[in-house]
Amino acid sequence: MIDTLRLTAEEAMGLIERGEASAAELHSAYLDAIRERDGELHAYLRTVDEADGAGVPIAFKDVISSRGVETTAGSKILEGYVPVFDSTVATRCREAGLPLIGKTNMDEFAMGSSTENSAYGPTRNPWDPGRVPGGSSGGSAAAVAAGLAPWALGTDTGGSVKQPASLCGIVGLRPTYGTVSRYGIVAFASSLDQVGPMTKTVRDNALLYRIIAGRDPCDTTTVEPPQPVELPEREDLKGIRVGVPKELNEAEGIEPGVKEAADRTIELCRTLGAEVGETTLPRSVEYGLACYYLVAPAEASSNLSRYDGVRYGLRVEGENGVRSMYERTRDAGFGDEPKRRIMLGAYALSAGYYEAYYGQAQKVRTVIAQEHAAAFRSFDVLVSPTSPTVAFRLGEKAENPLAMYLSDVLTIPSNMAGLPGLSIPCGLSEGLPVGFQLIGPQFSENTLFHVGHALERAIGFDVVPGRLQ
Amino acid sequence: MTWEPVIGLEIHIHLKTRTKMFCRCEVAYSEPENTRTCPVCLAHPGSLPVPNAKAVEWTIKLGLALGCRIAERAVFHRKNYFYPDNPKGYQISQYDEPLCVDGRLVVPGPDGEPEVGIVRAHLEEDAAKNVHTGSAQGRIAGASATLVDFNRAGTPLVEIVTRPDLRSADDARRFLQLLRQTVVELGISDAEMEKGSLRFDVNVSIRPQGSDELRTRTELKNLNSFAFAAKAIQREVERQTGIYEAGGEVEQETLHFEPGTESAPPLRSKEEAQDYRYFPEPDLVPLQPPAELVERVRAELPELPGARIMRLAAELDPDTATDLVTSGRDALFERVPGDRRAVANVLMNQFAAAGVDAAAVDPEEFGKLIEARSRIPRERLIEALAASGTPGFLADDYLGDGLMADTSELEPIVDRILEANSGQVEAYRGGKEGLLGFFVGQVMRETQGKADPKVVNELLREKLST
Amino acid sequence: MAITRDEVLHVARLARLELTDDEIERFTEQLSAILEAVAKVSELDLSDVEPTAHPLDLVNVWAEDEPRPSIPVEDALANAPDREAGFFKAPPA
Ligand SMILES: [Mg+2]
Ligand SMILES: [Zn+2]
Repeated sequence: MIDTLRLTAEEAMGLIERGEASAAELHSAYLDAIRERDGELHAYLRTVDEADGAGVPIAFKDVISSRGVETTAGSKILEGYVPVFDSTVATRCREAGLPLIGKTNMDEFAMGSSTENSAYGPTRNPWDPGRVPGGSSGGSAAAVAAGLAPWALGTDTGGSVKQPASLCGIVGLRPTYGTVSRYGIVAFASSLDQVGPMTKTVRDNALLYRIIAGRDPCDTTTVEPPQPVELPEREDLKGIRVGVPKELNEAEGIEPGVKEAADRTIELCRTLGAEVGETTLPRSVEYGLACYYLVAPAEASSNLSRYDGVRYGLRVEGENGVRSMYERTRDAGFGDEPKRRIMLGAYALSAGYYEAYYGQAQKVRTVIAQEHAAAFRSFDVLVSPTSPTVAFRLGEKAENPLAMYLSDVLTIPSNMAGLPGLSIPCGLSEGLPVGFQLIGPQFSENTLFHVGHALERAIGFDVVPGRLQ
Repeated sequence: MTWEPVIGLEIHIHLKTRTKMFCRCEVAYSEPENTRTCPVCLAHPGSLPVPNAKAVEWTIKLGLALGCRIAERAVFHRKNYFYPDNPKGYQISQYDEPLCVDGRLVVPGPDGEPEVGIVRAHLEEDAAKNVHTGSAQGRIAGASATLVDFNRAGTPLVEIVTRPDLRSADDARRFLQLLRQTVVELGISDAEMEKGSLRFDVNVSIRPQGSDELRTRTELKNLNSFAFAAKAIQREVERQTGIYEAGGEVEQETLHFEPGTESAPPLRSKEEAQDYRYFPEPDLVPLQPPAELVERVRAELPELPGARIMRLAAELDPDTATDLVTSGRDALFERVPGDRRAVANVLMNQFAAAGVDAAAVDPEEFGKLIEARSRIPRERLIEALAASGTPGFLADDYLGDGLMADTSELEPIVDRILEANSGQVEAYRGGKEGLLGFFVGQVMRETQGKADPKVVNELLREKLST
Repeated sequence: MAITRDEVLHVARLARLELTDDEIERFTEQLSAILEAVAKVSELDLSDVEPTAHPLDLVNVWAEDEPRPSIPVEDALANAPDREAGFFKAPPA
């Protein structure tokens, strides 16, 4: 009997290597766990019954195309759509022998921070089913936290890997933009979207990142990471300069319990031998959210134009002609959040508004990148809480889009600059996990894994939610 | 008042690359529908564009041929609009940072050598092909459905925009002829209107002669030949003149030509203004054409047809020079000895009508025909021109005096020749009908040019068909 | 109101969304609040700052003009809501 609740991917690999479990046995153990616990959580939209590969199973967020497996991006408009091709990350996982175990729930088109925006119903947080798992990769986060997958892939545009990892008490990496192919990933905002590993441990995260990272000829915005991915071993932080950006750690809305846990972790960095100092990102934090909510919707409004009822997905016939078919299909197929962002984006790009909104936001993006580059002249990593709050209650922010947007206020600035970020669990507040965000310069994943691993060992966080123990 | 036409052109040319602009599906014109598609050109979720290096190089080549400056940095933009032939809901095009800018093309005409400014030449992708069913002739109006074939979707297109520098319908026609010949000779496009690999729109306005104002213009779309375009422009100029002279105002509108009726009902003049919401394509990175690439392409440019027209126009006239060059007969013209005007006339008239490949013609022998053209019967000249591309063609065979026209005299000769060339006979019967000229030549040789080609032709046809 | 009802209707038309009256009302209110918040970017004087379209400094990424197999027509049409013979079928334009 394999207990999936506590099993890490690395341990699962060990079981296979030592002949103690086969890939098929592992696969079915996870399917059993899903049958047992996913009724309550709804982390999965669908599962794959047969293990196709000799390795450890993996779950994909439902934006990641796998040939022959329905992919909806959490939207009615793609209900029943079955990709005829593999995404590059799916190909890489297949080549590494990782069988797909299922597709996980998400906010529709990755737009949201709670997974309540799924057209197929919300996912619940394994730590407290009355609360959200975060989002948009909430299904992947909940699946890993509840032992329904040893590891999973999510995607992160404004914080959609880091924030749900934080709210579910697991490890999530948003890689350097361009190190993981977007080919076959249902697009939200092209200049920001990035696939990232969601795992129980930092080492698992590095293992999975090693599998998916690398230049892809099908995605012209990709590059090969300059150094091979290293599995972290070191448990000290000697020689690491840790910067604490004032604005990210003192932002309005950070809950006291979250602040306390983060401050303890910063202290721990010092204990482990790091040099810790204060730094500042004044405009990045003040203008980051506004910048993001112009750039991302603008790109989204264009990326979501292809859902027109002609080649795939939903079609609702109109009264006369193709135009009314488009309008009905898109009205019926998209939920509120995609509609809001499509309209916001179309507005920001439209004649007369482009310069003031989209054009200005692109310039703010330059400022944000410059501020971060300046901070990295003095520090190797920047740290802060990942999310200002612990997991909130279902429905708490559903009626107020702006309040929901604030959930990503701490993850967005570095995302705008294309920087990698790792969230690790650093403790509990009110019995719920708090995430600690490590941000590095471009291609600094090895440093983030090193720091994350050392902190993880020192913190000794138990990733199994108390109520499931 | 005298009115002056102000004409600008926007031309779209398919590049004849092997693959599409942003995916590696083969470009094909006559394959069954939707057999040359992939996730990229069908805009499946998650698919991403990858630019075609050859298309970039060829656009630079065209830009250089048009005297453009090649941009140090060019950016693909998205042009957003909904239509069933536009699978992504946006076309990847270039907007404020195109690949080639600020060129010129000199177009010799009867009134001088007007220089037409080229605003830009940029690279983009073509749309899919829509077939409108349930209405006459596949028209949009009254159709009951749109059928979409994505084989064409994503074919590389160069869009060339001129300044409004053209002042007559004939200048516009000459410009189009020269531009077409240029891209054909550069080897980057077939530029065939029938295939849709060359399409253009015309902007027309008029103004009082001598003024430099720009008045409201109309856009003429769907023009299916150069000659027809010239006619349509002329008519539009007259229509606008009529309106102003009656004290009216020209309305900005698009006139969409129906090829069958040659009528032009206005299109969407009242519809809400388009707002394409251009923004930099985030799935692609900028182009920075390396200097070595630009210099290599520049060095490879052949002598351009525009330069040749200028040279020939000096000894002939602009229209004949243009016709010679754009028909690809100017190289032969330059090598044939004899009276220039006469050579040009024969090349553009009787020779053109004979449909013979100019490259196969021996210029010396051809020169003899020209020289003797007024001495021999017209039919004989035509026969000779028709045979002039055959290997071993001798003008003398057609220039003798006493003609053998007697069938009984010629028949044995014909029989002998057919017997001696049984291989060619078989090939002819197998469909290589171009061999007729070969047999004619043989008979002529045998008779020292004395056989009447007309009779020989008839005899041969008769015998070869049985 | 940062955005009027008419402007919401205009962008909805641009984006091909047929909204119900109820949606128009709700979105006008929500988009106004969001636009007020994002308009914050205009507080900064960035006249001398270059825009960033892309986080990485890449140029000239392209592929050789070598054909690769297309997908079978059945795959192309597999997800089509409507088809006729080998064509995708859409309502008339
Ligand atoms: Mg165009
Ligand atoms: Zn293709």
